[in-house]
Amino acid sequence: MRPASGPSRDHGKLMTLDSSGNMDVRSRKDVGLLFEPGDVVVANTAATLPASLQGLHVQSGQDIEIRLAGWVEAYDVTRFKAVAFGAGDYRVPTEHRLSPPTMRPGDRLRLGPLRATVQAVLDHSRLLELRFQGDRKEILAGLARHGRPIQYAYVPKPLELWDVWTHLAAEPIAFESPSAGFALSWDTLSRWQKRGIAFATLSHAAGISSTGDPDLDQRLPLDEPYEIPPRTAAAINKARLQGNRVIAIGTTVVRALEAATCSGCVVRSGLGVARNLIGASTNLCTVDAIVTGVHEHGESHYELLRAFADTSVLESMNQRAAAEDFQAHEFGDSMLIERQARAKRSQAV
Amino acid sequence: MKQHRTDLRKHLPTPTLSGLRVAVTGGTSGLGLALVRQLREGGAQVALVARTEEAVERVALETGALGLVGDVGRKEDIYPLALQLTGQLGGLDVLINNASSLGPTPLLPLADTDCEDLELALAVNLVGPFRLTKALFGALTASAREGRCAVVVNVSSDAAVNAYPHWGAYGASKAGLLHLTSVWNEEAKSLGVQFLSIDPGDMDTPLHAAAIPDADTSQLKRPEDAASEVLQAVLQALSPQEPEERFQSSLLGEPS
Ligand SMILES: NC(=O)c1ccc[n+]([C@@H]2O[C@H](COP(=O)([O-])OP(=O)(O)OC[C@H]3O[C@@H](n4cnc5c(N)ncnc54)[C@H](OP(=O)(O)O)[C@@H]3O)[C@@H](O)[C@H]2O)c1
Repeated sequence: MRPASGPSRDHGKLMTLDSSGNMDVRSRKDVGLLFEPGDVVVANTAATLPASLQGLHVQSGQDIEIRLAGWVEAYDVTRFKAVAFGAGDYRVPTEHRLSPPTMRPGDRLRLGPLRATVQAVLDHSRLLELRFQGDRKEILAGLARHGRPIQYAYVPKPLELWDVWTHLAAEPIAFESPSAGFALSWDTLSRWQKRGIAFATLSHAAGISSTGDPDLDQRLPLDEPYEIPPRTAAAINKARLQGNRVIAIGTTVVRALEAATCSGCVVRSGLGVARNLIGASTNLCTVDAIVTGVHEHGESHYELLRAFADTSVLESMNQRAAAEDFQAHEFGDSMLIERQARAKRSQAV
Repeated sequence: MKQHRTDLRKHLPTPTLSGLRVAVTGGTSGLGLALVRQLREGGAQVALVARTEEAVERVALETGALGLVGDVGRKEDIYPLALQLTGQLGGLDVLINNASSLGPTPLLPLADTDCEDLELALAVNLVGPFRLTKALFGALTASAREGRCAVVVNVSSDAAVNAYPHWGAYGASKAGLLHLTSVWNEEAKSLGVQFLSIDPGDMDTPLHAAAIPDADTSQLKRPEDAASEVLQAVLQALSPQEPEERFQSSLLGEPS
């Protein structure tokens, strides 16, 4: 499927799959007409950090790009997990990028006004833990000045922060956009409000989604901190008690809600870290449906979708999407996938 | 400034400034500086924005507020400001769009006003607050959903409603801002975000001195008095009451 080549003002398309397996294609602007009174839609309010930093590896004198990829400790900006790239930028697809010089603990990096030290090389030579010099204010100011949003080779025009913040973006904690949220507008939310559909939010620090290195990509998603406000947990638990549906806007919301669901399928509010991997064998406890982008076999997001529907169903959705000229990736079209009745699914492994 | 009705609030808990997360543009002089000082005295967490670095640092040091250097009239500055504001304050409850550009002084009749100067007035006084509000709207609505209230104050002027000769560019920008404020308020009240347009009245500030150098300053309001009125209006908006009541008290003030 072709990737969407940038943020767009058009509404885009939406493919829906209901719980009995019926597929339909409509305009995404109709998303406000979906769902039933009493259902609750949950979205992620994470704003995206300018996580791509060009700079210098001091020991080798070589140019590098650092992509901040995850938190070491929730929202402590002095320490990040990061992925190193060699010289060059996003115009070269990640899988063809030069390797970075060998990095060792103690190595120093100059990233525009920011100074960082390699604290540790994690379980891959390009996956680092970095420590930044300065206090929170100085580091945020440095990121605001020098950092750029993580870019994509298939988006020719450089992305600015305003391109990668969804309408709901509130706290800058994500490393890449929780991009399913691009399907929401304030107009859609007001339609839901008028129709008695509840809307609630959480924040989930979406980490880097791919690195171009299959070995490294296998380690994704990294652990991601999240926070569920008490009102959100209450709205979800109430909807479930009353037999209404919980619709997650994006994979990050699924991951957070399932991580925060404890025995008896009750969602707990508060801070947590999502370490769970969701896939075909996951028995979803809380989420009934997901709105997401178009994902293809091999992506970690695709694995997560297998918790909602079998590969055969997902594949037929993707075939239909290709036939209808759907666009993939961050700024592409959307899919609404309701969890298929368990009995109908050939048993998960 | 309009007298606010207080009878409705008599038996309700009084909100305070303590712990509120507030951003003030133009916080280094005049009304903005007085707002930053009073907010900090009241225990609010405050971020201020202005263009001149030394002044920003001086006020940050004096008040313990977070100082951010930026120009609200520049598109490129808005998101970096929003990133630092929300990243430092951990969210936002109140945004006060106070920074303003008078344009070149002495003020001129419209026929003598360069188009570029009208554009600048619109960029700083109208489009800037719009951009900043949009960039921070996610944070403001998140605050409202969590049961904290959210308020946006757009500082207006009597020049927004009266046709004062020589005040055309500035007045048009403030008239536009007044109208945006009322439409924002209509659209955002169901989301729990209130928009107030407040005319602080003629104050003894550098802006006033630049516009009317020979004014009798003893006749002018102290910016401190205007600031405490603005904060009272914010607190009233934050206190539980009928939405209709809020809207009226905030927008129908007599021009001073
Ligand atoms: N004074 C009056 O009589 C009067 C009457 C009615 C309404 N008002 C309104 O009250 C508000 C405050 O006025 P004031 O008299 O207190 O003004 P002031 O003393 O001149 O202060 C203006 C503040 O705004 C900052 N500022 C100016 N342009 C900016 C920009 N592009 N980006 C960011 N910050 C900027 C200035 O710092 P930098 O220059 O360093 O950026 C300064 O901190 C304004 O909205 C004004 O229109 C005033």
